[in-house]
Amino acid sequence: MSDFFTFSDPNVRLVTAGTILLGMSAAIVGTFTFLRKRALVGDAIAHAILPGVCLSFIITGEKHPVYLLVGAVLAGWVSLLVMDYLSSRTKLSTDTAIGAVLSVFFGAGILLLTSIQHSSSANQAGLDQFLFGKAAAMTRQDIWVFSGVAVVLLGLVLAFFRSFKLISFDPAFAKSIGLPVRRLEFLLSTITVLAVATGIQAVGVVLMAALLITPAAAARFWTDRIQVMVLLAAAFGLLSGLFGSWISYTAPSMPTGPWIVVLLSLIAVVSVVVAPQRGIWARLRLQRGNARKIRQENILKAFYGIGEAADAPVATVTVEALRQQRPFEDRALELGLWELARKGLLHRHGAGTYALTPTGLRESRRVVRLHRLWELYLTERMNYAADHVHNTAEAIEHVITPEVEAALLKELDHPILDPHDAVIPYQNPPKPSAS
Amino acid sequence: MKTAIETHNLTVAYNRRPVLWDIDFQVPEGQLIGVLGPNGSGKTTLLKSVMGLVQPSSGYVRLFGQSLDEVRSRISYVPQRESVDWNFPISVREVALMGRYRKDKLLGRLSREDHRLADEALEKVGMLPFADRQIAQLSGGQQQRVFVARALAQQADLYLMDEPFAGVDAASEEAILTLLQDMKQAGKTVLIVHHDLHTAHQFFDWMVLLNTRLIKCGPTPAVFTTEYLRQAYGGQLTILSQVADLVKARDFPVRERSFKDQPK
Repeated sequence: MSDFFTFSDPNVRLVTAGTILLGMSAAIVGTFTFLRKRALVGDAIAHAILPGVCLSFIITGEKHPVYLLVGAVLAGWVSLLVMDYLSSRTKLSTDTAIGAVLSVFFGAGILLLTSIQHSSSANQAGLDQFLFGKAAAMTRQDIWVFSGVAVVLLGLVLAFFRSFKLISFDPAFAKSIGLPVRRLEFLLSTITVLAVATGIQAVGVVLMAALLITPAAAARFWTDRIQVMVLLAAAFGLLSGLFGSWISYTAPSMPTGPWIVVLLSLIAVVSVVVAPQRGIWARLRLQRGNARKIRQENILKAFYGIGEAADAPVATVTVEALRQQRPFEDRALELGLWELARKGLLHRHGAGTYALTPTGLRESRRVVRLHRLWELYLTERMNYAADHVHNTAEAIEHVITPEVEAALLKELDHPILDPHDAVIPYQNPPKPSAS
Repeated sequence: MKTAIETHNLTVAYNRRPVLWDIDFQVPEGQLIGVLGPNGSGKTTLLKSVMGLVQPSSGYVRLFGQSLDEVRSRISYVPQRESVDWNFPISVREVALMGRYRKDKLLGRLSREDHRLADEALEKVGMLPFADRQIAQLSGGQQQRVFVARALAQQADLYLMDEPFAGVDAASEEAILTLLQDMKQAGKTVLIVHHDLHTAHQFFDWMVLLNTRLIKCGPTPAVFTTEYLRQAYGGQLTILSQVADLVKARDFPVRERSFKDQPK
């Protein structure tokens, strides 16, 4: 490992730098592909590039990176035009057009590749690496050309960032203010084709869509700002390029391209799981928090109900009495009681008997108040029948925030009784109004 | 009164099926103008063809007596709210700033003045407190106000708004209505595609009543009559839509080539 990360071997240094640059430029350009919901188009372009590369080899008989790049870009553009034509001028739907172009072009590419391999050309070795990439086998010349292109692409995206943002978000508005939307789209498409054409050096045509889209898709989980998203996508591209090169350096039988894609996928999976707010873990925690709140508040309400019936708010209550007040699940009740006691809302008086603490009493009054306020709101403002409001209120009482409570109190003018003539428990009973 | 918008023989086809036939109308400057008609009557298409977003099969549009390209900086367009993806990762302020983009300044940053004008526009629609929010976190009405703010930031003279009141809460409707009155006071012209007949006659000074063809255009009292409304909403002209279907099915041109006249 230390060998690799000192970058003392100039060859390692070059290959790694090249791979990182390709990954970063694909990730940044791919952010716009992702935001314009054209991920599939990116995949189709990547596959469609193969016949272009093969043709340029057949015509020139050389593997010079510039020739290959020209062939790739031409084929990429032709595929874009064909997709556009098919979806706008025929009855084919867009996904059909994309699928057709992807498989027809790729099939043609494989055909050409096979015929090249069966020809006697001594120069053809390594052309099949376009399928899965050949990062470690890139020549010095390859690296300079492709890295140069990647740097130009990065510069273009940065320069036109604002305009690309607008045409991705609202192309009709962009057109309405006279922006040359068609030319900008042409530029962005060309940049995408170029990013794909250079990126396939690292990961090959088959996996290229992953290099283009995955960084942006992962980045989207972490942020709501396009600027941050682009930077994150670039960072993901960089990391996967760096560690992909490292893995294939330490284990020479390991291919760089597929490893880059595996690493990117890992980053994406981690993002899906742990990202704040949007991630699965954050959602699960939120739901567990809600479940806990509902469990505890229902128990408090049961205490309040028993106290209200007996006119003894903080009397000691047995678990059995709670069960009669409300059909709790055993485990939920046990857990809820334990949680409430820990939070200081309940006092435990020996086995199976509890009483509300002053804080607990206040909290139980709050829940019951919200329940009864909501019932009243439903009958008063939404014309519910009084015998139809209980179930809805059971759910909504846990949702209402202090702000909503204040609004309800104002709207209903601090009512005394709920629709069932039960007293609404206030923290400080409202002063009798002047009327 | 000077003319803000005029169309001549405007005919537009989608997928070859004509959705607007020979629309001829003029609306004056400094008015609030409603474009009304049933669903599918071509209201949005009319707006898009005025804005050059769809290519008419024939006819032309003049704005302030000139072609769109000559007066583009004086025109502002508010698309339908549903036309964009509100999950797009940008903030409210960034959307308002888009109103300051210029075709001759594609590169680089916007000026301090642009930022000031965008914030001022957000202030006018009451969205400045939300300037740093991501747009997905807004209600439908708030999103619509952000779109209106973007248009205000353009500082245009003519505003074309596509259904700004659709799916909008009462507070947002109120905010937009107040703003429209202010804009009228300032001598601006606002053309609004609107679907709600109940509110239309209170909102607008002038109306364009459409149903694939022009029913009537004029001051609200003259247009908002039972007779014209019946013509607009009393169903499609059966023969007209049959012919439109034929044009589509047989791939006929809506106009013969020689007829594609443009103003000199």
